[in-house]
Amino acid sequence: MSEQKKTNIILFSGDYDRAMAAYIIANGAAAYDHKVTIFHTFWGLNALRKDEKLRPSKTFMEKMFGKMMPKGAENLPLSKMQYAGMGPKMIKNVMKKHNAMPLDDLISMAQEQEITLLACTMTMDLLGLKEEELLDDIEYGGVAAYIAEGEDGAINLFI
Amino acid sequence: MNITKTLDAKGLACPMPIVRTKKAIEEVNSGDVLEVVATDAGAKSDLTAWTKSSGHELLETKEEDGVYTFYVQKG
Repeated sequence: MSEQKKTNIILFSGDYDRAMAAYIIANGAAAYDHKVTIFHTFWGLNALRKDEKLRPSKTFMEKMFGKMMPKGAENLPLSKMQYAGMGPKMIKNVMKKHNAMPLDDLISMAQEQEITLLACTMTMDLLGLKEEELLDDIEYGGVAAYIAEGEDGAINLFI
Repeated sequence: MNITKTLDAKGLACPMPIVRTKKAIEEVNSGDVLEVVATDAGAKSDLTAWTKSSGHELLETKEEDGVYTFYVQKG
């Protein structure tokens, strides 16, 4: 087979449905033997948060941000039909019926397939997110880390 | 046709049929035939595109009552 192709996805959105699309494409690309990187920035970082009570030392503003943002993949809101939390409940019910994988499972599957999950450190600082609040076994980087993968990517997406 | 391995991907939704097929094909030798059974309607074009791009050969496809059976020969 020819040289390994690369798929790079920038996950900017913190919406459940958008993140699902990103992770489905990522897992599909990994099955195509692509080297896959998902670069999480801004609201996309929330998909990587652990759903646990952690008390890292933070400033007042950072604490506020931490409280206002969803904690982890399964707590992300929908981009449409959020209906104060009813929307995600409804869609997860339908997903179960159709055997579609929930986002947290898609993320585990991505890690199993050795997809690189990259967290943008600059936006982590802005949103006050600390490394211990994010999933284990992920990488940290900035724009250069993305460009390094993206410049010879067969597929580059911004979601 | 000599089938080396069968993958039951019935009931699985996108992207799982392709993810499982990739894993299963890694477990057989070049020239071996992998049988994949799926019910996801998208699997037909997915499997066809995937085998082509991954250097394997799709020997035969069957469809019966919404159940798709694929025979993939490892390249």
